[in-house]
Amino acid sequence: MVPSVAVLLAWMIVPLVMTVWFSFQRYNLIDPSMTGFAGIDNYRFLVTDPDFWVSLENTLLLVGSVLIVTVGLGTLLAVLFNQPFPGRNIARVLAISPFFVMPTVSALIWKNLLMHPIYGVFGTLASSVGMQPVDWFADYPLASVIAIVSWEWLPFALLILLTAVQSLDHEQREAARMDGAGPIAQFVFITLPHLSRAIGVVIMIETIFLLTVFAEIFVTTSGGPGNATTNLAFLIYARALLQYDIGGASAGGVVAIVLANIVAFFLVRSIARRLEI
Amino acid sequence: MATLTLRDLRKSYGSFEVIKGVDLAIADREFVVFVGPSGCGKSTLLRMIAGLEEITAGELDIDGKVVNRVGPADRGLAMVFQSYALYPHMTVRQNMGFALRLARVPKAERDRKVNEAARVLQLEPYLDRRPKDLSGGQRQRVAIGRAIVRQPKVFLFDEPLSNLDAALRGQMRMELLRLHEALKATMIYVTHDQIEAMTMADKIVVLQAGRVEQVGSPLDLYHHPANLFVAGFIGSPRMNMMPVTAAVVGDAAVTVGLVSGQQIAVPASGGATRPGDALTLGIRPEGLHIDPAGPILVTVSLVERLGGLTLLHVKAAGDQDLTVQIEGGDPTRAHEQIRLAIDPAACHLFDKAGQALPRPARHTLAA
Repeated sequence: MVPSVAVLLAWMIVPLVMTVWFSFQRYNLIDPSMTGFAGIDNYRFLVTDPDFWVSLENTLLLVGSVLIVTVGLGTLLAVLFNQPFPGRNIARVLAISPFFVMPTVSALIWKNLLMHPIYGVFGTLASSVGMQPVDWFADYPLASVIAIVSWEWLPFALLILLTAVQSLDHEQREAARMDGAGPIAQFVFITLPHLSRAIGVVIMIETIFLLTVFAEIFVTTSGGPGNATTNLAFLIYARALLQYDIGGASAGGVVAIVLANIVAFFLVRSIARRLEI
Repeated sequence: MATLTLRDLRKSYGSFEVIKGVDLAIADREFVVFVGPSGCGKSTLLRMIAGLEEITAGELDIDGKVVNRVGPADRGLAMVFQSYALYPHMTVRQNMGFALRLARVPKAERDRKVNEAARVLQLEPYLDRRPKDLSGGQRQRVAIGRAIVRQPKVFLFDEPLSNLDAALRGQMRMELLRLHEALKATMIYVTHDQIEAMTMADKIVVLQAGRVEQVGSPLDLYHHPANLFVAGFIGSPRMNMMPVTAAVVGDAAVTVGLVSGQQIAVPASGGATRPGDALTLGIRPEGLHIDPAGPILVTVSLVERLGGLTLLHVKAAGDQDLTVQIEGGDPTRAHEQIRLAIDPAACHLFDKAGQALPRPARHTLAA
């Protein structure tokens, strides 16, 4: 076991240490003369930059909204897809397939084929009923990104929650029926508590990936208009590869690591407690 | 107060009929057991009564009202499931009070009813535990408690004891009987275990392949089985079956010839049987005795000594396996040759179609 642990440790430690190291360095890609220890300057510039706080806010908004949409819709769809209806298997495959489309492609499809005010399906639908087409990425940039990311992650939530719904003991549901529970009461008192563990798993896994959403933003809005859709991941990218400020980007990276660890700590703890039940 | 009437009840899945017309009357406070081999439709029949399965054809009356279209919660029934089906995220108290909570019974009354049921079932110390912290027997009692608090007209049990070990099963049988007496309720109980059926039932309904084979009291079925299936299914160890030929047929007795050549006069009315017809002679293991002057020569193949009883598994002429039950101990050992005598009054005769020839003398205990 020792060699594999050593490799894994190096795999993790080297980039982490380098990020921390760079975050205390003056390091600019287009100005090799800027070198040397920067102290906490990089961090000071970061926290005094209004973009940083906006990006934090955007990150949390994005993660929170997508979680609410995917878990909420995913639970309802899971219960729906568990009911027998003609063509259920085909419907299940269709509902799950967005997960197989890579983020860049789905972002491009949403941007150019669906949400574009002139060529997009939504725009055409709106004009066909006499309404003004909406320029989604200009008027509702963050909401549009949230919609795209939710569409990508809904299948994942649906998949996990559907298997959980299927594992519900049917005698339990029948017992509830005998006890006088209608469909809504069965959902609230039997299905939802049964799903709580699976919902916890979905939230944890999705959060880890949603904190680092990048491709969708890069392809559709490039963080704009202004900083309306800049999340932490995009801010780091912009610092490093648009402003060539590796030191500042590394400081942002360290903040992202800390943020991810805080979230992970609470999530793992709450999931571990659930698993005991 | 609850009587049930089943009139030509049928259930089909597509073109496949699983319940093929069941007629049955269940009296108030009766303990009725549906028994039969697996796949005979007994659980389906129970679920049809519960309202969990739709009734394809026929009529189900509870207290004289047709309830075919009434939902499971509104039939006034409570069911105990094989897997107990307790709600894992609720405490025992919440499990038992769930139906009352859904019915918007005030909390004080709910607590009173739950506490009362917990007292009856000796569950008071466990009220705030979750099902996973309970033993199998305790979970079973919670499932029963959940049924009791609803004060149903009829209790339905779907193989409730099959997940328990043998000792606990015997104990729970007694508890259920006690409960039946205390609650004065009608109970319908499904099992594949004929011992449960024999010990608990007021009335046994033997089912096979979606049909009722016979309905009667336990001793009625034991002493007067209507056909070969019931004769073989009720009673443990199983009834011995031997092929015989009718020799002299009368209204009070039928003389039959065994494979070995001996003749026995069995008290039964011959009916349409003609001399020379092939019949089946059924004799329960306790109807055979060791008798040095007996007509049947057998070789002992296996001896089971249960202390109070001894079971001899023997082979008779024509490779016929028989079981003999002897009270107390018996020195007979395997591979010995012994002679057996048959008590003619304990014999049953079945015709070619498997139907019993009626026995003129009813057993004194068989109602």
